Amino acid sequence: MSPALLEVDRVSAGYGAVQALNEVSLHVQPGEIVTLIGANGAGKSTLLMTICGQPKPRSGRISLAGADITGQPTHAIMRRGVAQSPEGRRIFPRMTVRENLLMGAEALTKDEPGPQMEQAFALFPRLKERLWQRGGTLSGGEQQMLAIGRALMSKPKLLLLDEPSLGLAPLVVKQIFDAIRRLNAETGLTVLLVEQNANQALRLAHRGYVLVNGRITMEGPGRALLARPEIRDAYLGGGHG
Amino acid sequence: MTPAQAIRDAAIAAAVAFGLFVMLVGLRTDVGPEGGLILRQRWGQVALLCGIVFAGRLAITTLAGRRALQPSTAPGPWTARLQRAGKLLAPALLAVALVLPAIPGIGRYELDIGILVLTYIMLGWGLNIVVGLAGLLDLGYVAFYAIGAYSYALLAQYFGLSFWICLPLAGILAAFWGVLLGFPVLRLRGDYLAIVTLAFGEIIRVVLLNWTELTNGPNGISGIPRPSFFGLPFSMAGGEGTFAGFFGIEPSPSHRVIFLYYVIFALALLTNWVTLRLRRQPLGRAWEALREDEIACRALGINITTTKLTAFALGAMFGGFAGAFFATRQAFISPESFTFIESAIILAIVVLGGLGSQVGVAIAALVMIGGFEVFRGLDEWRMLVFGGAMVVIMVLRPRGLVGTRTPSIALGEKRAIGGDLVGEGRG
Repeated sequence: MSPALLEVDRVSAGYGAVQALNEVSLHVQPGEIVTLIGANGAGKSTLLMTICGQPKPRSGRISLAGADITGQPTHAIMRRGVAQSPEGRRIFPRMTVRENLLMGAEALTKDEPGPQMEQAFALFPRLKERLWQRGGTLSGGEQQMLAIGRALMSKPKLLLLDEPSLGLAPLVVKQIFDAIRRLNAETGLTVLLVEQNANQALRLAHRGYVLVNGRITMEGPGRALLARPEIRDAYLGGGHG
Repeated sequence: MTPAQAIRDAAIAAAVAFGLFVMLVGLRTDVGPEGGLILRQRWGQVALLCGIVFAGRLAITTLAGRRALQPSTAPGPWTARLQRAGKLLAPALLAVALVLPAIPGIGRYELDIGILVLTYIMLGWGLNIVVGLAGLLDLGYVAFYAIGAYSYALLAQYFGLSFWICLPLAGILAAFWGVLLGFPVLRLRGDYLAIVTLAFGEIIRVVLLNWTELTNGPNGISGIPRPSFFGLPFSMAGGEGTFAGFFGIEPSPSHRVIFLYYVIFALALLTNWVTLRLRRQPLGRAWEALREDEIACRALGINITTTKLTAFALGAMFGGFAGAFFATRQAFISPESFTFIESAIILAIVVLGGLGSQVGVAIAALVMIGGFEVFRGLDEWRMLVFGGAMVVIMVLRPRGLVGTRTPSIALGEKRAIGGDLVGEGRG
């Protein structure tokens, strides 16, 4: 097996007395889309945030392209080629779309932001139409596109997506997932996707992990996981999946 | 609201007012003829006050109910009008400020007010970096003003350094203290940050008050040297080495006032220029992003620590400059000049002007400080007029006089969107 781009090795983390992650191990190979599914409060977002350095892991090791990044400050980890579209999108409401995109590039690269911006427009043409509009006046779907576009501005090697489908209409979710698939196919970008929308996420991903109460309980190729009856029962909901 | 509801609402308000005024107004103790206390009752005044509250509440509910809500995506008509006026207003204000000392009828008194207003404009712009741009609510800004003033006063007293050498030193010292304050509060936001900065402001003042050996305590420091004009002192003697003597003009006390006016004018412009330049650069945009959403900033790999500390340091530096200027203008400083009310006034200028708006801050400073002087004749009523005016502004324009944010980069014409349409700014 080729060396992993991201390797999470028996990581435990939490907030105060709450232990949110319990010896979680996973790996993401270059060029893969890996999804992490699980119910509310399973620790999905905590795992993403731990990878980003906040909270710091209590035990275990996280490495990025072979280099140990455990316990490093967030901005240092981001500088190594990680970008995140945070949960709830968190675009800057009073700044224009263009300023939002520039914020994604400024802290991390010294390169001209032009080509990256063109890439974001190619992926989400809607952003170009809305370039001079305030982030806060965009629709939810457009804000999600902006959050992903903003993350791409730093030319990441690994893109972390935290619930990009949150609160969006099914048609918009499909658009965004299609864009992620295209991005992965065309540029080979590695994606770690955290989702509650297990059905769509497992269809998109090469591999998936299931997180229950801070532990990884299952892993396997996306389609294979989708076929497992316990996944169908737990996450695809009998009848309304 | 139906008329019956409105009347009920007004009656409740009047009842609350009655509860308050019974003790505050209704009963009064006076010294009687035998030297003991006697109780005077003033039920007439209580009735009058309750009547005013009743009528006022009724007027508010009926008028507010009648005003229909008009949804629109453009900035409100008020904002648009202000925006248009603002385009002309800023250059106009600048031109007036530039030629003010030459305008006939402008005497020493008017120039002094001008210097005062410009000082507060500068302080407002300095605090605007911290509160308006970076969104860090700082209630102790006056501490940096004090540090600047005392830096100059003490350096001049103990080492005989001149104003022009001390000015940058005062700024650097204030910036240093800004970073020192910044470190412990890095993880605080909003209310908690406000409390700590408030305490910081008080600590500095109390230290200045009690460290008598160094600061002379409540007696303050007097005889602070005045600035010279490139080495030429302003003196009434008019000798060879003085300003008047060198230029061969009649010595006049107004020379120094005019000179001071232009010094603070230049300092204020410097503050404005630096702020406007920084806003267009990564650091300035990072400040604004920090104000909008700290977690998103982290996710984008922005170093929150340095971003916050630079905001504190730069804001403090301009406060320090203004403080050094204050010391040289007054020639006397004491801790009394640096009480919490100063912080509150500067913050009020920033908030009333519209967080982050440079021209708004200038107008607010002009109105607040200038207005304060104009209403001097009202004596104790002045604070009431003042408070009332602030309430009115906040009701009519809850985001300040200029509540819009101009994009730091724009294609062709800059578009503005009313502040009321986008997420509420958090401290």
